[in-house]
Amino acid sequence: METSIWRALFYLVGIMAFAALNAAYLVWCERKGAARIQRRSGPTEVGYEGLLQPLADGLKLMSKQLLVPRSVDGIIFRLAPVLAMIPGITSLVVIPFSGNIQARAMELSLLLIFALASLGMIAILLGGWASGNKYAIISSARAVSQNLAYEIPMLLTAITVVMISGSMNLREIALDQQGGFWQWNIFRLENGHFLTMWVSFIIFFICSVAETNRAPFDMAEAESELVAGYMTEYGSMGYGLFMMGEYINIVVGACLTATLFLGGWDCPFGLTSGVWWFILKIYILIFTVIWIRWTYPRTQIYRLLNLSWKILIPFAMANLLITAALIKVF
Amino acid sequence: MNSYWSDIINGGKSLVVGLGITAREFFKPVVTEQYPWETPTMLPRFRGHIELIGNEETGAPNCVVCGMCQRACPSNCISLDGQKAEGGKGKVLTRYILDFTKCSLCGSCVESCNFNALRFSREYNLASFDKNDFVMDLMKRLEDQNRCKH
Repeated sequence: METSIWRALFYLVGIMAFAALNAAYLVWCERKGAARIQRRSGPTEVGYEGLLQPLADGLKLMSKQLLVPRSVDGIIFRLAPVLAMIPGITSLVVIPFSGNIQARAMELSLLLIFALASLGMIAILLGGWASGNKYAIISSARAVSQNLAYEIPMLLTAITVVMISGSMNLREIALDQQGGFWQWNIFRLENGHFLTMWVSFIIFFICSVAETNRAPFDMAEAESELVAGYMTEYGSMGYGLFMMGEYINIVVGACLTATLFLGGWDCPFGLTSGVWWFILKIYILIFTVIWIRWTYPRTQIYRLLNLSWKILIPFAMANLLITAALIKVF
Repeated sequence: MNSYWSDIINGGKSLVVGLGITAREFFKPVVTEQYPWETPTMLPRFRGHIELIGNEETGAPNCVVCGMCQRACPSNCISLDGQKAEGGKGKVLTRYILDFTKCSLCGSCVESCNFNALRFSREYNLASFDKNDFVMDLMKRLEDQNRCKH
């Protein structure tokens, strides 16, 4: 792999721009999507169909005072929002957008993404802890127990994919699925994996929604109980960074789901594979996440944990065993 | 164990049904009105503040200054004055002030009027920063309406 400084710079700027643009415009998509589902029209005033709304929101957030209450732990309080952004953006480094668009094809890229995802949880924990606010602490405790619960089935299903592909390198995993949708891990004909892999896909997708703290699993910011959860004491860009972090995490989750299960940049009919297919797949997944948010009400914390420990984990384990057996038998 | 499986199956089914409903709603037309750009026409039975009804030909108020509305009002919103009609019997209205800050839109004044002189207006754009905007001179309002008619 070529290692010139321009390549690094190009990817740095590219990934930052991709992340920021997505964070800004996914808010717009979310508001428009919510509006359409509730038969409203959403933002319409700022620019054509409200397209400049994210810009206006950003300006508003930046022009507000960054208020640090007296009782908070100053350094951690200021650090937490930045820490919420970093793992998401860093994860994008190892995402293979297409066969030749990838910043770094590391051998353990899948592991790196899971490690960074846990770091995102630490940001929420620190933000809530440093706030010195009851609601914030309850919220971050919930977020941690939730993320712990959902990381297990997520990792178990990821292991099934790793076993099939025989690699932890996302690029290798995607390359292994080239040549039409029957090669994708979700419908894989080879060894009869299609029997169980669709269950894996559903478990993985549910977990990625839960990992990003999205509704119906947004226990961390349950307004009706916890004001705004760990974000209660944050205003201005502190809040803005948490918000952007959430949306970047959604993008990373969608990228990971598309790479692991939906063949990455592969065309369903084995014809014109390229980055456009990858973009199409991740935006379909992101739209589904938005669609889910505006369909289901928020669950309760114990139901959420029950879903993970009683349903997702047993199913993921059964899946793991069956997949291993299928690989061994055929 | 049975309920475990049936929970998963029925739960999964109901989730799909929910997604189906929102997907269908997504493609249906918007039902909200874009208020400042689209102004709704108020329904006939809408209760705005009260206004005077003018005579269809002359435009003069139908009011005979009996004072029933003033007496019917539970919150003393209405104050009116009249004077002896020139060369005729009865009185003509000279002043009709409604203090809308106190009005609860009960409609007792409209009900009590026996001369078809009062009705609810269909005015709803009533926001203001000044309290005095809500002390309304209804005679002036009637004159303005008459001017618009001609």
